[in-house]
Amino acid sequence: MSRREGTVAQAFPPIDASSAAVAASTAAGIRRAGALEAARLALLRDLQLAFRKRGQLVQPLAFFAMVTLLFPLAISPELSRLRELAPGVVWVGALLGSLLALEFLFRDDAHDGTLEQYALSGQSLTALMFAKTFAHWLLTGLPLALMAPLAALSLGVAATAIPGILLSVAVGSVALSLIGSIGAALTLGIKRSGALLSLLTLPLSLPVLIFGARATQLAIHGASLLAPLELLGALAVLGITLAPLAAAAAVRISLE
Amino acid sequence: MNWTWFHRFASPPHVYALAARLTPWFAWPAALLILAGLWGGLVLAPPDYQQGDGFRILYVHAPSAWMSLMVYVTMAVAAAIGLIWRIKVAHAVAASCAPIGASFTFAALVTGALWGQPMWGTYWEWDPRLTSELVLLFLYLGYMGLRAGIEDTQRADRASAVLAVVGVVNVPIIHYSVTWWNSLHQAPSVMRLARPAMPVAMLLPLLLMLLGFTLFFIALLLVRLRGEVLARERAASWIREVVST
Amino acid sequence: MRAFFDMGGYAAFVWPAYAVTLAVVLLNILWAHRALERSRNEARRRLQIQGERR
Repeated sequence: MSRREGTVAQAFPPIDASSAAVAASTAAGIRRAGALEAARLALLRDLQLAFRKRGQLVQPLAFFAMVTLLFPLAISPELSRLRELAPGVVWVGALLGSLLALEFLFRDDAHDGTLEQYALSGQSLTALMFAKTFAHWLLTGLPLALMAPLAALSLGVAATAIPGILLSVAVGSVALSLIGSIGAALTLGIKRSGALLSLLTLPLSLPVLIFGARATQLAIHGASLLAPLELLGALAVLGITLAPLAAAAAVRISLE
Repeated sequence: MNWTWFHRFASPPHVYALAARLTPWFAWPAALLILAGLWGGLVLAPPDYQQGDGFRILYVHAPSAWMSLMVYVTMAVAAAIGLIWRIKVAHAVAASCAPIGASFTFAALVTGALWGQPMWGTYWEWDPRLTSELVLLFLYLGYMGLRAGIEDTQRADRASAVLAVVGVVNVPIIHYSVTWWNSLHQAPSVMRLARPAMPVAMLLPLLLMLLGFTLFFIALLLVRLRGEVLARERAASWIREVVST
Repeated sequence: MRAFFDMGGYAAFVWPAYAVTLAVVLLNILWAHRALERSRNEARRRLQIQGERR
């Protein structure tokens, strides 16, 4: 692929043998398949490859745990005080964790040229982006959502709040993954883009943070979190419809 | 339909010459309107019955806030045009907007803080307007950061165009969520002037300032646009004449 | 006249606000012209290099 000499490939070191093998077979499969089948292949491939590097998936979770630990140390060990801060701490931790996890979304595919294969495959890049982002959410967002109740419990929150916290962070993390995919696609060719990626993604993620933290707060107080949860859901749906489109456009631009 | 007029606007040498000619037509009226607005706002307008002469900060805060938002929308529209129809001049317009918008967002934040201190007793207040302005500043910085991070001008144009369009869609969502968040915590009311309707003597200078700053923005845009158009042109012939003078 | 500068006691806030806005206005004018100058110089240099190449 002469296109490989482009700037994206230049920013990363050469391919890893095992992922190249999976990449090649999947890429061929995707080119031949129908749209839905192609998306399914892309999804399965991402899950397969991530499973081989299981260790990496723990990193965002460990980060989330660390962030949660920072607050009691920095503020006070009193559970009554921490309980008040819990919605904010949980959500900031989940948000920062998901930012960290964004790195995994496109990095390997940019390495081994799979992304270019996707772009040239003649399949809808938007559908493939949706498949990749969904896989990414399953691998990073959902685990963060599962960890959120643990973080909340450590901050003195009552166990009755767990379902509400789980639900709000799960829905919110869907939106966060989708929003994050846009920034990740835009910064593909840029070296050491961590800070820039955060600068791009955080302002767009603020509504999710606002509604999510409010939902978590209501859950902790035992009140109905329906209103902010619905708003979160609306953001997630908006993300599902628009983000893969924007990410696909951004990927094409980054691969030029 | 005859599309030549449209193609003329997309043609860099034409745009360059036009921008140079038009600049004074926006710059001088802008200066006049702003001076008139300053006179009206600082001298002629009566003091507000609740905020006294302190309300006069409105005459620099409101135009700054207006600029910050208007420039962002202009930037996003130009970026979208450049992205959809692949017109380099549109990308040049978007690139020209960013530093102007960012600096006025900063001015809006500072003047807002200075207005807040005598009115609320604190320099910073997490009210919807100031918080939204702060987020807007980050949107501008992100846009400028992305442009700076991509070396190839064409790729930078197109990537930042996607970002601008995504950003502009998000601005109402962000503003709504910030207002919603604020209303939950019963924050003190924003810099509202005592009367629901402003008397003409107060309103007129404000309108003059808003219009004057808008024209000022267009003048600045035209100056920056020339440089941005030049930077995107490789073809030598028309540049040679323009640059050797 | 003094009453004007005093701004009803709010002078410490009103005048800095106007000063900051004025500074932003002037800096924008300066910045825009400097950017244009820089672009023109770069274009001139590019032409020179192209001319030398021939």
